[in-house]
Amino acid sequence: MDHPLIRFDATANAKVLARLQAQLGSELLHTYEEGLQLGVDVHAKDILSLLGFLKNDPELSFTGFIDLTAVDYSKYVKPQPERYGVIYILMAPTIGASIKVRAFVPAEPACIDSVTSLYQGADWGEREAFDFFGIQFVGHPNLKRILMPEGYRDHPLRKEYPLRGRGERADFEVYRAFSK
Amino acid sequence: MYSYETEVLEQTDNTVFINVGPSHPAMHGTLRVKLELSGEKIVGVEQEIGYLHTGFEKLGEFHSYNQFITVTDRMNYLSPLNNNIGYAQAVEELMGIVVPRRCQVIRTILAEMSRIADHIVAVGLMTMDLGAFSSVLWSMIEREKLYDIFEATTGTRLTTSYTRIGGLAFDLPDGFENRTREIMDTCTDTVGQLRESFQNNRIFLDRTQGIGVITKEDALSFGITGPMARASGVACDQRTYRPYLVYPELKFQVPLYTEGDSLARYLIRLDELEQSISMVRQALDLLEPGPINFESQKNTLPGKMRVYNDMESLIHHFKVVMPGSEHGIHPPVGERYSSTEVPNGELGFFIVSDGAANAYRMRVRSPSFYNYQVVTKILPGHMVSDMVAILGSMNIIAGELDR
Repeated sequence: MDHPLIRFDATANAKVLARLQAQLGSELLHTYEEGLQLGVDVHAKDILSLLGFLKNDPELSFTGFIDLTAVDYSKYVKPQPERYGVIYILMAPTIGASIKVRAFVPAEPACIDSVTSLYQGADWGEREAFDFFGIQFVGHPNLKRILMPEGYRDHPLRKEYPLRGRGERADFEVYRAFSK
Repeated sequence: MYSYETEVLEQTDNTVFINVGPSHPAMHGTLRVKLELSGEKIVGVEQEIGYLHTGFEKLGEFHSYNQFITVTDRMNYLSPLNNNIGYAQAVEELMGIVVPRRCQVIRTILAEMSRIADHIVAVGLMTMDLGAFSSVLWSMIEREKLYDIFEATTGTRLTTSYTRIGGLAFDLPDGFENRTREIMDTCTDTVGQLRESFQNNRIFLDRTQGIGVITKEDALSFGITGPMARASGVACDQRTYRPYLVYPELKFQVPLYTEGDSLARYLIRLDELEQSISMVRQALDLLEPGPINFESQKNTLPGKMRVYNDMESLIHHFKVVMPGSEHGIHPPVGERYSSTEVPNGELGFFIVSDGAANAYRMRVRSPSFYNYQVVTKILPGHMVSDMVAILGSMNIIAGELDR
């Protein structure tokens, strides 16, 4: 079972950063390192070009899709540029680097381009972000709710939504196979 | 309103729609798949998930960091210790805590034992789906022995809640080492039995070879991790990608297959079982006496004997456990994504902390969620009975999928 395993290379962060700054310096709002992880912030409008570059650049080649999620910063202690941050976590198998991209999406209109054309795994990740936060992903083939039931009207992970809901349970129509 | 009447689909051409509903003996958990069949062949798939969704991420914002450990048990309920360890590690990374050596060794041993429990049942269940019922019973015998050990160590069989932020709940019981070594011997026998029973079985090979092939590019693009990805050629394992606990000191190999079919996903779990058994034996040799909790007055619970006898320990226990903004564990403001390798793949916790006792956002990156997504792509072209083989080889746990 001799084969090269993909190993994390912390020194690759500097190289990734240099390449990003060189190509897309104007779009990046902020770059930082949290522990060993490299983080990049952008505006929502630049996300497709940034992720397209990260994936297709032959030196970086961030082809590994790890996670797509969103955060509602409306009650956060540090003020952020916009209300929502959509987080993309990617991995580059050839250089052994990981990156966390954060795209800031305003509250109104909460739209961002879909990256399903780049990463097929983003399909369900974006559906979940839409389901829980109400962020519209422009260009998604099938943007509908994934975990909450279909007739649900609210977006539960928003900060103003209470833990126990707003009484939706009482309204749910129950299908009875054998009625009295 | 959600209503079943709107679900009536019309038949067109020669295709038939059938619903493999959430409650079905071949479905691992509450998964629903709507199939469009042309004869026996599947031409269209629509998946529906969310039948076990209980809002773990919302709960994460209202529970303190130690309380959320009980929620992590319920994600991948076949290997709860892995989830506990992964979560505790994520919070400890956010806080900058390094747990003592004995705690790391114990966590490694239990993580690998929990992985053995999950894989051995996953393999047994896959063969049960294909018709061989005895093999799952052999698996269950081993799992019951592991349950006994888990119960002696953690107090419960399934929802263990064993780790705490900064350490463990209890130390190991007496006789743990001897009993574990015995169990590892019987597990080796069972893995050998499982291998011999099926590796040359014509029916098994015909039903799994070349079925449900996932290419390496698809595996990377879909976010598939764990044994499913390594069966398709993606050589990534979090234990070697970014080693944690005492994995750097253990000698083990990461099996890799390139075919990407159901047989590869079956064989890789058997190989990983053998590696995990060897890792448990090595890690047991590394056990030395020592403290199991990170000594910190603000962040970890003091031992119960000290709490009952010493005033300061009582106050610190109170401050860590009580709810409220001035009590509890307070990580620094920031966000961090940390991941560990659980039996199904990469379990990641993206924790956004605003310095309060509860997390601001607790995102759980569950492996089954991204692993299950690929079914829509690979299922068309196969027959209905292949669906069972494919889903069995994926080991989708509904608790982790829906959270």
